[in-house]
Formats: sequence, C-alpha cells, structure tokens
Amino acid sequence: MTEAPLLEAVGVAKHYPVKKGLIVSRQVGAVRAVDGVSFALNRGETLALVGESGCGKSTTARVVMRLIEPTAGDILFKGQNVTEVGGARLRALRRHLQIVFQDPYASLNPRLTVADAVAEPMAVHGIGSAASRRERVVELLRLTGLRPFHADRYPHEFSGGQRQRIGIARALAVEPEVVVLDEPVSALDVSIQAQVVNLLGDLQQRLGLSYLFIAHDLAVVKHVADRVAVMYLGRIVEVAPKRALFSDPRHPYTRALLAAIPRPDPSRRGTVTPLGGDLPSPLAIPSGCRFHTRCPLAQPLCKESDPPLREIAPGHTSACHFAEDLPRFDAEAGAGLAPVAARRLAAFAAARESRTAEPTPAPVPAA
Amino acid sequence: MGVSNAPLLRVEGLRTLFSTSAGDIAAVDGVSLEVPRGKTLGIVGESGCGKSMLSLSIMGLVPRPGRVGAGRVLLEDINLTGLTPAGMRAVRGAGIAMIFQEPMTSLNPVHTVGDQIVEAMRAHDAGASEAELRKRAIDALRRVRIPSPERRFGEYPHQLSGGMRQRVMIAMALACRPRLLIADEPTTALDVTVQAQILDLLRDLQAETGMSVILITHDLGVVAEMADEVAVMYAGRVVERGTARDIFEDPQHPYTIGLLGSIPRIEEDRERLLSIDGSVPPPFALPQGCRFHPRCPFAIRACTEKDPPLRELSPGHQAACIRAPVEAVVECLV
Repeated sequence: MTEAPLLEAVGVAKHYPVKKGLIVSRQVGAVRAVDGVSFALNRGETLALVGESGCGKSTTARVVMRLIEPTAGDILFKGQNVTEVGGARLRALRRHLQIVFQDPYASLNPRLTVADAVAEPMAVHGIGSAASRRERVVELLRLTGLRPFHADRYPHEFSGGQRQRIGIARALAVEPEVVVLDEPVSALDVSIQAQVVNLLGDLQQRLGLSYLFIAHDLAVVKHVADRVAVMYLGRIVEVAPKRALFSDPRHPYTRALLAAIPRPDPSRRGTVTPLGGDLPSPLAIPSGCRFHTRCPLAQPLCKESDPPLREIAPGHTSACHFAEDLPRFDAEAGAGLAPVAARRLAAFAAARESRTAEPTPAPVPAA
Repeated sequence: MGVSNAPLLRVEGLRTLFSTSAGDIAAVDGVSLEVPRGKTLGIVGESGCGKSMLSLSIMGLVPRPGRVGAGRVLLEDINLTGLTPAGMRAVRGAGIAMIFQEPMTSLNPVHTVGDQIVEAMRAHDAGASEAELRKRAIDALRRVRIPSPERRFGEYPHQLSGGMRQRVMIAMALACRPRLLIADEPTTALDVTVQAQILDLLRDLQAETGMSVILITHDLGVVAEMADEVAVMYAGRVVERGTARDIFEDPQHPYTIGLLGSIPRIEEDRERLLSIDGSVPPPFALPQGCRFHPRCPFAIRACTEKDPPLRELSPGHQAACIRAPVEAVVECLV
C-alpha cells in the first residue's frame, strides 16, 4: 500500500474577515473556521471527519469540493492541485468528486422529477443521450434501493430516507471516485439511518468508492469509517485507524467526545462526568492548545505552546503535548447489549433475512 | 414530596384528533400512561409516532384544528382535559412546565433573558415586587449553573450558546417549581458534550426538587441515561411499556427489538446495522391489523387481521403484540 493518496488536503485554511465601519470598513479580526487542516484519503477507504458544531468539518468538506475557496492550502486530487484549476478542467475534476448533503429536503429541487434530478449531473457533464441517461437513472434507482416507477415522481412524494437515497443516486450518476458525505444520516430517524448506513457500505464495496464522511455522531462513524480524524475549533486534533481511536484515544477531546455519547444501556447510567465549559468563539481562539480551556488534564505548558499534530504510533497522530502520558481510557467498559436482547436482535435479523429472500418488495407509501 | 404512591400524572385512553376533509385522523390514538412521583418517564419513538402531540395534549396546547377527542389526563385528581383555558393556565407553571427542542425559537429575541424569566414568574405571582422577581430570576439562572448570572440576566438570546439557551429555558420552566416537567427532545439540537451537561443538570435538578419528568426523545441512548420507566410509541400508539431495564434487557415488541438493533453502538463493531424495512405509515394510511405488521419480520396472518391491545407480560411490563412473549419465536429462529 504505497499508492499515493487519492485525495489530499495540505494546510487548508478558511478565514472569514470580520469588518467594522460602514463607510470606511476595516478588518478587525477573522473567524478562523478552518485553520490549517491536512489529511489524506486513500482509494477505497472511508475517512471520517468528526467534531461538534463550529469545528469546521463542513467548511472543510466544501473547500474540498471547491464550493468555497480556501484562504490558504492546497487540495490535491490524484496529485493534481484542484485549487489552481478553473473552467472546463475544474468541471472535469468535479465529475470525480461528488457530494451528498445532510438535508434531503433542502438539497433536491422540488420542481424536478427524480429522473430529471438524477440525470442532471450527467447532462451537465455531457454524458450519454437522453435515452441512455434515462436507462442509467433506472439503474441508479435500483442500485440505491428505489424502484423504477419512482423516476417520474417529485421529491415531496418521498420520505426522508428515500430522498437521501435519491441524493446518493444523483451523486453516483457521473461515476465519481470520491464521494463527500456531509452528515448524510443526521436528519434521519434511527431505523432509516441504519438503512442508509448499510446502503452506503454496500455501494462502497460494489463500486470501489472512497468516502470523506463528515459527521458529529461517533457511534455512526464507528460503523462506517476506516480511519477517523477528530476536529476541534478549526484544527484536526487526532487521526487514527478506527479501532485505535475508539479503544485507545490519545487526545483528551476525543476522550470527552466518546465519553459524552449516551449509551443505550441503563446499567451504565450516570458514570460520566461531562466536559465543562462552552466551545470558545472562533473569533477569539485560546492561546497555546486550543482545547486547554476545557481540558481536564491541562498543564501550564498547554496554555503557552500550541501542540502540533505528531505521530505517536504508526498511522496514529495526536495534537496533545501529553499524548503518550494520558491515563488509561476505559470508556469501552460495560457490557453493551444484554444477552437476552442480543438473541432477540439476532432472531429479528434472521426473520428479516428469510423474508427478504422472498420477492416481497418493501411497501412504499403512496403519499 | 408526597408520601402517596399514586402516580402524579395519569393519561387514560387519550385520542388527539385532526379533522380533515377525509374525516378525523388520530395523531394520538388511545394512549394510556402513568408518570410516577419523582421519576422520569421516557417516551421514545420516531418522527410521526405522536410523541410530541401527546405532550402537547397533556399541556392543553394542541394546535388547531386538532383537539383531544377522547380520554382523560389526570394530574393527581384534576382532570386537565375538562379545564377551561384559564384553569389550564393556572396548571401550567406550578403544575406542569415544558421545555422544547430548539431554545432559540422558544425565546423572544428582542427581550433580555432576564426579562423573559421575570415575565414568566410575574404571570404566576402578581404580588411580588420587581426587585424580588429580579433576585429570584438570577437565582434561577444560578440553579441551572449559568456562570455569572447577574451579567447573563441582561443579555439577549443571540448572545448565548445553544447549551446556555437551553439552560435559560430550563430556568424559566422551573421558576414556578412545577411538579411535572415535560422535556420534548431537550438535547436534540445540541452537541454531544453539551447534551451530557444538560442531561446531568436535569438529573441533579430532579433530585433536588423531587419533580417528575416526561422525557420525549428519539434517542434510545438518552432514554437509557435518564428514564426510570419507558413507553415506546409507534403510529400513535404505545406498543411497549416497562421499566428501562425491561425495555433494554427484555424487549418484547418487535418494533422495540428493531429499534435497539438500528442504533449504532460504540461498544460494538458490527459491520451491518439491523434495520427495519419500510417506514412509519402516515396516520391517514394505517395498515389493517397491527400497525407494525408490514414492517415486522415476526408477523403472521393473524397480525394482519387484529389490532393487538397492550397486554401485561410481567408486572409493569406490557407489549401490544400477539406474538409476545417472543422467546418462543426467538427459539425457532436462533
């Protein structure tokens, strides 16, 4: 695996100037939404970018797509600098990089039928004829678990989960290599969320896609990601292969995030001390380590010196001065699912499996 | 805190109806519940299950053209569904208070948070002086652990973070010391670390005041963290009721089982999540028989014919499924 990464971000920053004065406006500061972010996405993998609101994860996704121009830094796709190209070459590059947005209600044009919405990217990129595009739409609908007759319906006729499938079909229409998934399941109900998470996994396997998965929910990330990058206030604070990040996190913020997730297990109740304080404003980023104002383990050094992201184990980087010396992490303790409940889940899955083997399509409410 | 063991709130056969040209549709369709004193009842379900409409029905806040069509809501021995609007206003505040999902939309952006708390207090205590109310409002902010409450008193909602705003809402709701707090998705709009702070705060305030809480949420993790008793709702009905342990360790309704399988868990490394096929039926297109049968892998012919009532399986644990107890079904499959 010495292959060069498919997509790379190098020192990407996005600062928004804050101005004062109506007539003679002058810049009084900057919101440092993304402040020097570097990562690499390898072919066929899922890299999750996680963090809480305001950490810059969605801005990073948009900069990668060049929907927003970065203030500094480069985006490399197959070694080619995306930030420098324009016009037709940019459009050609975009064919390989597609995005699925969070809100399946806002991201589909209500006046376009599903067929038109899904075919639109192909038309933009001049792929195929109207007839061949129509064929491809039907194929894409099947691929994403929708049915051919859905092609002539409008977005309002679909549920949230089905709309997200349409969004995915549309992103896949031009056969991209990288799909940026910006909180693709956050707006969905749990049972529907599970359907879409499973679909994304199946599609990745079948089509060899690479995913940049933006999320705030670490439990979802645990199910989809190969590697995880944790962001805090515009910076990446830790990157690790999934297993290492969840079992042996090496940044106090990652630990706080993991500990804060409410576990569906009443016997673990109240075992977590929540992180204190509020997220600092991106207008006034703390000196030294950005997390020191809320870090339960902060030392005097943390206030003074900004720790760089450094490798502490192969493939595992952390931006904490004391990454090696953190106390043992035991958030994984706890039984998880009770044995009786686990058996029932297995029975549910088995019954469902044997049912879907028969040709009974899932009913679709004709709302 | 009363010595009585009788529940603080009882909901009996509640139906909330919306009139449409095609006839009445029931958003809440025959729900019965009990909220024990000093405890938390968690109501879980996905969007459209009727959980929010249920809480609005308890509060007497069903939006037009909806109405409570049948059933009773008893706060101790007062039947809330029989009260006049003025009578209900008196219950709100000191009897029942409510907090909502999005604190920004529940706060008035052009008044300071202090003035809004004072206003809520004045509505229930016309006799108190301005200075007295101000002092009490600052105390209320301090109780919800807002740092430098004197300064925050004079700030506007937009100057506060989401977590701080939700704290203000809680301060306002608790200002008149309600006996029941209804929290409708109180942490859904918040980040996980802030959510943990707010849940922690709610737990402490409950221990301090002995109030009962109805926590409405779609998040089974939040329920497991907070609830003593749980009701699982599906398509306007309660399909399973029991203690938190019953629901998480001995789930009986296939919908509960499916939900438990759908949540991604941090402790586990399953490649695939269990999912429930299809989606929640809208209230105007409910299936015949059991409302869950089209999505249920355990469904048999009888499920398509008869709508199962809630049945007691063990003391305090009820499920609305003719196949319950499911252990025999599970035995054949695993």
